[in-house]
Amino acid sequence: MGIKWDEFFITGDPLILGSQIAILLTMIGAVAAITYLKKWKYLWTEWLTTVDHKKIGIMYIISAVLMFFRGGMDGLLMKAQTSQPEMEFLNSQHYNEIFTTHGVIMILFMAMPFLIGLMNVVIPLQIGARDVAFPQLNALSFWLFFSGAMLFNISFVIGGSPDAGWTSYFPLAGKEFSPGIGNNYYAVALQIAGIGTLMSGINFIVTILKMRTKGMTLMKMPMFSWTTFVTSILIVAAFPIFTVALALMTFDRLYGTHFFTVSGGGMDMLWANLFWLWGHPEVYIVALPAFGIFSEVIATFSRKSLFGYKSMVFSILGIALLSMVVWVHHFYTMGSGPAVNSFFSITTMAIAIPTGVKMFNWLFTMRKGRIKFTSAMLWALAFVPCFVIGGVTGVMLAMGAADYQYHNTLFLVAHFHYVLIPGVVFAVFAGLYYWWPKMFGFMLNEKIGKWHFWLFVIGFNVTFMPMFFLGLNGAVRRAYTYSAESGFEPLFLLSAIGSIILAAGFAVFCYNIYWSIRYADRNISSDPWDARTLEWSTASPVQFYNFAKLPEVKSLDPFWHMKKKNEGLTLHDSEIEEIHMPSNSWLPIYMGVIFGIAGFFLVFEWHIAAAVAAIGIFAGLIIRSFDYNEGFHVTKDEIHRIENAWRKTEGEVHDHVS
Amino acid sequence: MEHQQSKSFPISHVIGFVASLVLTFAAAGIALKTNLSFKVIMWIIGSLAVIQAGMQLFMFMHLREGEDGKTNLINMIYAVFMVIVIVVGSIWVLTSGHAAH
Ligand code: HEM
Ligand SMILES: [Cu+2]
Repeated sequence: MGIKWDEFFITGDPLILGSQIAILLTMIGAVAAITYLKKWKYLWTEWLTTVDHKKIGIMYIISAVLMFFRGGMDGLLMKAQTSQPEMEFLNSQHYNEIFTTHGVIMILFMAMPFLIGLMNVVIPLQIGARDVAFPQLNALSFWLFFSGAMLFNISFVIGGSPDAGWTSYFPLAGKEFSPGIGNNYYAVALQIAGIGTLMSGINFIVTILKMRTKGMTLMKMPMFSWTTFVTSILIVAAFPIFTVALALMTFDRLYGTHFFTVSGGGMDMLWANLFWLWGHPEVYIVALPAFGIFSEVIATFSRKSLFGYKSMVFSILGIALLSMVVWVHHFYTMGSGPAVNSFFSITTMAIAIPTGVKMFNWLFTMRKGRIKFTSAMLWALAFVPCFVIGGVTGVMLAMGAADYQYHNTLFLVAHFHYVLIPGVVFAVFAGLYYWWPKMFGFMLNEKIGKWHFWLFVIGFNVTFMPMFFLGLNGAVRRAYTYSAESGFEPLFLLSAIGSIILAAGFAVFCYNIYWSIRYADRNISSDPWDARTLEWSTASPVQFYNFAKLPEVKSLDPFWHMKKKNEGLTLHDSEIEEIHMPSNSWLPIYMGVIFGIAGFFLVFEWHIAAAVAAIGIFAGLIIRSFDYNEGFHVTKDEIHRIENAWRKTEGEVHDHVS
Repeated sequence: MEHQQSKSFPISHVIGFVASLVLTFAAAGIALKTNLSFKVIMWIIGSLAVIQAGMQLFMFMHLREGEDGKTNLINMIYAVFMVIVIVVGSIWVLTSGHAAH
């Protein structure tokens, strides 16, 4: 019971006090608003207990946007702190906590859920299925992620944030050097969220292997489905390593074992080793689906099918395989000796080859295409040069010997933001503009979208380009301040200004969502982009059973060919059959809550309370084992009614381009 | 037949579970309660771990089921690859060069 009661809530910092008040007011406001609008029942039946992959996907995306806001605020605070030398805005402890939560939140609670959200919405539709393989497990994945994310997020107001970096290296992260409970949050919250992610991985592997519609062989799958498939395999390969490492960390911190400690026969570098055995595949887990999104967007708006489909598939597989054997490039300076460092330098540089293949494939897809410069396409276009900068600096860092110079400098920080922001953030924005009409039945405003795009891309480059040069001049990462004599000031200031432009871009994005919800045209076609894959062959927003009749696939870009040949677009009454769908369930959200409670107690090392809460977890498991709910059937009449509502004339897909 | 099997008592799972517990406690006992040399202990508990992994493979992982061997073959290749990367890789990385000291 390490915590003193007067330290339970963090006090004494005006920034944190402000957040505490804001959190409290938001919660009261939300509860009051829902009660006033009498929406509790709607929220419970339509969202909180849903097992519908589209709604789960939307909930993932909403959480990810909120987490982007949180992580972005952290980023801005850091940029404000370093905008001037010897700044006294954040103290060193506070800076440590902020870069730690920023890194964790951005990667695990922004990038991952954003992509998993888009996968959820799109994958079953793209492969012509009515849901994922295990719908209820899918809901459980979401609620465990959400529970972990919330647990992690409250750390800065209750008990104190983790402060040992997103990598949480030992010995610093151990009890001897970080006696507070902050780092317990890291160990426990990431464990809970990680279980959810692992389940998502399994779910999507089974979905893609078992639920493709008639005629869709693996080599006829859209590229986003392919990248999701390979990503899911990587999740299943890599996340268990993190699970084990976090469990050992928890034992070290809570129960006095010595896996990673310096004393007692522990091995601190074993943590770094296990962390990156998961951590490097993890960055490809977020990059690969993003590549898939760009492939869809580029093919659609170049109005051509994807160039080099087969080489795309093989390069994804190659990247995935290589990504498992490069992890040491994160700690060359540990000094494993020339054989190890050379081996990992070579494997790392080799990743540039399949990635280069993909780049050229995208460029050749655009070549001689009739490109439409929609917002989604702009993100894809900007991705190419920005990501190349990130990739080329990555090859520089890959050389073990040279890395002794770059290691732990802002050069590295600039590099990974140049891969993560174009590679993930641009991609999810592209995906959001592209699939938004499918999710909600109206489009995001294209004009505001272009403001969003230009501000964000310019802001991004102005923020992170200077960091390359700062790093080469010797500015280290994770340092809360620097002296005036260092001469770093102009570039740091430029970078801070860039982050304001970046933030303005994000604000415009939020405004775009608001504007479009209020004013956008609701009367749009179900295929507004004249797209190529099956998700566009059904209604927008998609009816809960996805397809009245499961489509049949004969080639790549199936929907494009269906439109060309005018085949399979119509639905005859005789083709309608009853559809079997899964029922809602309260268990996933219950499990999320109970895991959150047990996790919270564990963070504070209240073991007995945690054990009692854990009984609730087992109760949930047992109830689920005896759950014989077989779902329900949608009647022909209802299908008839729903299909008539969106099919314009006698069973035809709307195919006009607005 | 599939259905039949799932209804009958999961005897192999129970045996596997109990055997796993026994092997785990044996390892803990040898490591904590005996005075053998470090090296001997490492070899014994290492072997127990391998035995346990192999046993779980048979008792829990449906190795003996499935229509064709293809899926199992892919799974085995995958598992061997992961073991080599994680276990052999970690040992190599952490015991060579300066890292060894
Ligand atoms: C939105 C604008 C962003 C800004 C202004 C920003 C800014 C920063 C800054 C200033 C640092 C710390 C530099 C230091 O070491 O002192 C940092 C670290 C980091 N950022 Fe970002 N970032 C942004 C977006 C992202 C995104 C989108 C991701 C991931 C998807 C990300 C992942 C990370 C990670 C992993 C770290 C390392 C944290 C650590 O050192 O433990 N950032 N960022
Ligand atoms: Cu890496």
